[in-house]
Amino acid sequence: MIHDFGIVWSERGLLLSGLANTAILSAFSAIGALLLGAALAPALMARHRAVSWAARGFVDGMRCVPFLLFAYIVYYGFPSFGVRLDNWTTGLAALTLYNAAYMAEILRGAWIVQPREPLEAGVAFGFSGIGLFRRIILPPLLLAAGPVIGNQMIQIIKDSAFLTIIALPELTHAASSIQSRHYVPFAAFITAVFLYWGLCLIIEAGVNSIGRVAEARR
Amino acid sequence: MTAATKVLDVAGVSKRFGSVEVLSDVSFQVDKSETVCVLGPSGSGKSTLLRCINWLEQPDAGQIYLNGSRVGINPGGAVMSDRDLSQIRTRIGMVFQHFALWPHLTVLQNLMEAPMQVQRRPKGEVRDEALALLAKVGLADKRDAFPARLSGGQKQRVGIARALAMRPDLLLFDEPTSALDPELVGEVLVVMRDLAREGMTMVIVTHEMGFAREAATRVLFLDRGRVVETAAPDKFFADPDTDRARQFLQRYAGEPAGGRR
Repeated sequence: MIHDFGIVWSERGLLLSGLANTAILSAFSAIGALLLGAALAPALMARHRAVSWAARGFVDGMRCVPFLLFAYIVYYGFPSFGVRLDNWTTGLAALTLYNAAYMAEILRGAWIVQPREPLEAGVAFGFSGIGLFRRIILPPLLLAAGPVIGNQMIQIIKDSAFLTIIALPELTHAASSIQSRHYVPFAAFITAVFLYWGLCLIIEAGVNSIGRVAEARR
Repeated sequence: MTAATKVLDVAGVSKRFGSVEVLSDVSFQVDKSETVCVLGPSGSGKSTLLRCINWLEQPDAGQIYLNGSRVGINPGGAVMSDRDLSQIRTRIGMVFQHFALWPHLTVLQNLMEAPMQVQRRPKGEVRDEALALLAKVGLADKRDAFPARLSGGQKQRVGIARALAMRPDLLLFDEPTSALDPELVGEVLVVMRDLAREGMTMVIVTHEMGFAREAATRVLFLDRGRVVETAAPDKFFADPDTDRARQFLQRYAGEPAGGRR
């Protein structure tokens, strides 16, 4: 057993580059999904029926598709429409779009329980449109939804493992390569699990610090 | 008074929610430096009237003029864009029943937010003015606190300072002491009295009969969406013209002046 971990250690370069790729992929997708979700949330809340239904359709659609299937669709389906993406772009787009739906729903959930008056005060004080959303509506939502957003970011990290199927050299892909090359499945995968766990701990630390910021304002 | 000194002119404003007529044909004017208290039973349309003045609610009929210019409707007759409406709203300060402070900003930031982001005034000037306003409402030491850490009375004083930071031509108060514990009402009324004395133009929806009697230049009595009576406070409280006003006042008679929540 120790010997197996020795083999994994000898392949640490591969694992670390997989870890780095997972971190990069997750970070960019998390930021992208949050931004896109923040843009979708007002659409979900829009008084215009057409706008809110379109946003609702996207959000519900995404949430009902298994991520693995969605990744396949983006990877194999888009080229048949003439959109050819490399596996990095595919992976990033799939993770971002998929999780944007969740982020939008998380923000909408926080939005509907916010008191109405601060928003109204924003309008009464001359805020409107994007300025109203960005300065008055969104900050309390982010503070209120911080822990749930953090949870979704952990989900993004875990979903990124599916991207091994489109040969994206992320952490699961690296662990899988090591096990098939040396036949040390337990050592390779358990090492990957601990590395994922480490990434999630970083997210949790971030959520805790947002929690402290929110607590002072509650 | 000449037309030039009219800050607010409300002419024939009506508003209905579904089948309920909340305001019908309400007209009144406010001169510069006046303190007009709007009184009336709950459900009489007082809050809706205030919200129509800055177009938080769109009136169904009638006109509203601020310093002679039409609120909400362009000269062409079309409803104003949010941008044009914003311009007018920055000249009308509003104080809310439940304070409506922005929870993610400190007290000082609450005061500086709209002057900087909406009015685009320079930060240094806005900050100096905001600090002076906080001192004026007695909260200089709370400038870095978040609203959640303040008492109700303190929150409302911040709410008033925030409205003043816009340098408004007109201040609207929507039951500013109704959500306060009785012992905190006084500190807010003190600030409002000072503003009245300094000649701020104000329209105040309130149930504080003592305050209205003492600080108002005029009282507007609203019942079922109509202006039933408008009079100087001495006249209104001592000898109202209508039975409805008399009945309304009788319900407050047993309570100490300024003591009703």
